Amino acid sequence: MTAVPDIEFRGVTKRYGAVTAVSGIDLAVPPSAFVALLGPSGCGKTTCLRMIGGFEQPSEGQVFIRGQDMAGTPPYRRPVNMVFQQYALFPHLDVEDNVAYGLRQARPRLSSREIASRAGEALEMVRLAGYGRRKIHELSGGQQQRVALARALVNKPAVLLLDEPLAALDKKLRTDMQIELQNLQREIGITFVLVTHDQEEALSMSDFVCVMNGGRIVQLGQPSEIYDEPADLFVADFVGKTNLLSGTVAGHSGDLVEVALADGTVIAARKRTALQQGEAVSVSLRPESLSLGAQTSGPFKGIVRNRIFLGSTAEYAIEVQGIGTLLAKADHLIGHGNLFKPGEPVAIGFASGTPLAFAETKNNGANQRVDKHVEIIS
Amino acid sequence: MRGNRFRHNLTTAMLLGPATAWLVVFLVLPFIAIAVFSVGERAPEGGYQAAFTFAQYANLPARAAAFWNTMVLAPIGALACLLVAYPVAYYLALRAPQRWRLILLALVVIPFWTSLLMRTYAWMYILGGRGIPALLSYIGFEDIRLINTPGAVLLGIVYGYLPLMILPIYVSLERLDRRLLEASADLGATPLSTFLGVTLKLSLPGVMTGFSLVMILLLGEYLIPTLLGGGKVFFIGNALVDLFLQSRNWPFGSAIAITLVLVSVVVLIAANRISTRVSGARRVDLI
Repeated sequence: MTAVPDIEFRGVTKRYGAVTAVSGIDLAVPPSAFVALLGPSGCGKTTCLRMIGGFEQPSEGQVFIRGQDMAGTPPYRRPVNMVFQQYALFPHLDVEDNVAYGLRQARPRLSSREIASRAGEALEMVRLAGYGRRKIHELSGGQQQRVALARALVNKPAVLLLDEPLAALDKKLRTDMQIELQNLQREIGITFVLVTHDQEEALSMSDFVCVMNGGRIVQLGQPSEIYDEPADLFVADFVGKTNLLSGTVAGHSGDLVEVALADGTVIAARKRTALQQGEAVSVSLRPESLSLGAQTSGPFKGIVRNRIFLGSTAEYAIEVQGIGTLLAKADHLIGHGNLFKPGEPVAIGFASGTPLAFAETKNNGANQRVDKHVEIIS
Repeated sequence: MRGNRFRHNLTTAMLLGPATAWLVVFLVLPFIAIAVFSVGERAPEGGYQAAFTFAQYANLPARAAAFWNTMVLAPIGALACLLVAYPVAYYLALRAPQRWRLILLALVVIPFWTSLLMRTYAWMYILGGRGIPALLSYIGFEDIRLINTPGAVLLGIVYGYLPLMILPIYVSLERLDRRLLEASADLGATPLSTFLGVTLKLSLPGVMTGFSLVMILLLGEYLIPTLLGGGKVFFIGNALVDLFLQSRNWPFGSAIAITLVLVSVVVLIAANRISTRVSGARRVDLI
């Protein structure tokens, strides 16, 4: 017997007039998990979160919280709390009254002493002890974020919902908050459901990532699975950086397919679904799976166009005749002298792993995306 | 550097000049004149005669009825306006479908395009003997008097000043961040406590703006009591008209006017205090 899931979606569909925002979602979130709903804007992730919070009602299907069907239960009777995008703190209340807001709603009423002590504890938890009497507008973005967290956690919800909580913070603060959120989740041990369009954020914080596109769940798995074994072309492209090369299936050898690329090069690739001889496919090559060398006799030869120095590693945009621009990542532990310069010819080989081949699907815009990607780096 | 600052000051002076001149000529100077009149004496043939006496102020109780009517009906009228206006503004800002909003707002404002005088005359007929009372007598209610009662004045006030109350409240509700309402519900507040704890508190600046606006205009109201109140419901405004134009007792009229201005200022300050305290807003947007 497995434990009752904290959150469960059964066949949930949400329509707004003629537009279907979410269609046929089935999802079970185990207790005490940190789950990220990841996807581009308009993929339905926020709608899912709002259906858990009770701000939207599913058009079809059911949402369960700890085994309870939530149909018809208004937000104020649900055992979940939300950290809103841009926090939605009450401007007319000070920090402590914001945090105590939920406690004041409890019936039977809590004693004012209990309210004060629990609000104090919550503020301490987010390292804002002593800020109780500050006005909201006197706080920095990071501090407001913490107040929003304390305000949501003070009610001891079964599940904490986070709607793009870090989007408004600068990069340094965002990294700090990622660690802090992760620690907080382990400390309290309740389920966190995070909505984000930032794949780095999803991969770095959560135990499970649920990748969504076009109102559906495309893949559900641990961050490493999502990154290493993307279910389809969309996930491969959306999560992390990758090179997508189009080609056709030239043959099969065991579990692998042989793909003939535009320049005639044939490479072996793993596949997700059965592929027909001659079928158009996209091959995904992660930048870090490519190795660069002056002498290496790799499948590709090209000329370095741009070098993006990243400290411990460097990325290269390499123009390969007949294929386009490839992005390759090389760590240079061997010494900075090994950096390639723009204009230098290089040979590209495979350092690790086997590339993945996906059947070309229409309307996912994958090719366009690659073009855009190339535009940005070149 | 110095020339620059001079130019800067000159620009500021030119920008503020017309408004300042306007205020001095049409507000400050008349106010000073009225203040001077108020400590003077009535000339035997009427008008003003120089003197320095507070006799006019001591005489204020002679117009106690007008003060009383104004001080009672102005706040009650403003309150009645508020009670009618708030639900309308709430519906317009938070409930009405987006595409209807502008049309509905226009409907609120359109009556302003006709003169208040004409609209009040219309009410005179509606409430008068051949209006609603005539209808009521058909179904058996004889001798119902509507016109020339405090009730008729109140009705006229609410009718005439409603848009001035709706608009500021609408603006403050429209500006309200809807996510605050969701946050409140999320934290366990029922719709009623969300309304009382968030919506109402954050719309208080608008409420106070509307309230003080209507209240101040009512303190000087003259038309509605004359037409709908007959000679029975007398406002300060009516007393002023009477004193300046009929009995030509300018000093006494001036003393009443000065008192009225002082009362208005007190009302404004009080309203502002209350709204900043309760809503915690830093903004001071009175009118």
